[in-house]
Amino acid sequence: MKITRKDFLRLSGLGLLALAGKKAVRAFAEAAAPSASPQTIKRWGMVIDLQKCRQKDGCTDCVKACNLAHNIPQIPDRAHEVKWIWNQSFESVFPQVQTDYTQQAYAGHPIPLLCNHCANPPCVRVCPTQATFKRENDGIVMMDFHRCIGCRYCMAACPYGSRSFNWQDPRPAIPSINSDFPTRTKGVVEKCNFCEERLARGLRPACVEACPEKAMVFGDLSNPETEPRKLLRARFALQREPELGTSPSVYYLI
Amino acid sequence: MSDRPQIVAGLIVFVGLFTFPIWHARGGKPSPNAPDIKLPAQEKQCVAPVEYMRESHMDLLDSWREDVVRDNQRQFTAFNGKVYDKSLTRTCLTQCHTDKAEFCDRCHTYAGVSGPYCWDCHVQPRLTARRTP
Repeated sequence: MKITRKDFLRLSGLGLLALAGKKAVRAFAEAAAPSASPQTIKRWGMVIDLQKCRQKDGCTDCVKACNLAHNIPQIPDRAHEVKWIWNQSFESVFPQVQTDYTQQAYAGHPIPLLCNHCANPPCVRVCPTQATFKRENDGIVMMDFHRCIGCRYCMAACPYGSRSFNWQDPRPAIPSINSDFPTRTKGVVEKCNFCEERLARGLRPACVEACPEKAMVFGDLSNPETEPRKLLRARFALQREPELGTSPSVYYLI
Repeated sequence: MSDRPQIVAGLIVFVGLFTFPIWHARGGKPSPNAPDIKLPAQEKQCVAPVEYMRESHMDLLDSWREDVVRDNQRQFTAFNGKVYDKSLTRTCLTQCHTDKAEFCDRCHTYAGVSGPYCWDCHVQPRLTARRTP
């Protein structure tokens, strides 16, 4: 049997069409697949009620609980200090929302600060070893201390100053070592991990549990029925520097 | 030709020195016995067969580390079906090998293992072992 040029072109055209069709079907199937399990994908977040927070009266229970849980060294030298949760004055945290009246209401009010666990974290984008990475199923921005090479790109990238570098061996500066959590070594960057080791055991973060006023509310931001989402529906909340597009998971109720 | 005795003597000394490690190991004191490690009193079975743990515990710990830190997978089902927490301090060192110095360190010293640097960060639980419920 002899095949004419016209038949050959027709057949090859049909073949190509079939191939394209198969690829298109596969692409559609892949796009549809992830929507099958939205319940398992969380986004942990925190809402901090500044009206309840008593840091102004000298309460630092959240900071103390975190320091104890995570073996945070207490280094007085500010150039070398390590902090996961700390406080700063309202004016320095939210300079853009100040009016004469907020200044009166919140002047000097200490604001608890911690890693924002951004939905779009700049630290993760710059890390050359993927030592810091975003967990896809719950949105926590994790640190893998084993992989950190201490280049501090992440510290330059983080707009919130949430990361600290160990300029010295932290162990001598830890008041009491908790053997449930590793210390770090010199040359490693660290930051708040939203107590992922406690979440894995079904507990809430240490700071949330320690707060005597229940000013910190922790939960899944992707589920509209959780406590933080209810608070965010009911009251006005601020994020730190939302204009940067990092989409922080920590909200402050004014 | 009068140098022959000196050359032969020199050669003998050279060969003797060159092979020193071999005959020293043979004729010297016998190699020390296996390290005197202290096995856990209450547990008879590790998370994996002894032969595997002896050769590859570091690989197991390495994979646990990857699973916990990067994949948030914290449960380890052992070969006998028992489920353990993937944790060096909370499982290995709390439930069985409560004395690191008498178990890990003795064997590492014997085998000439320099390191491992686990302990630069991970903390040995207190010797009064807390049994996790």
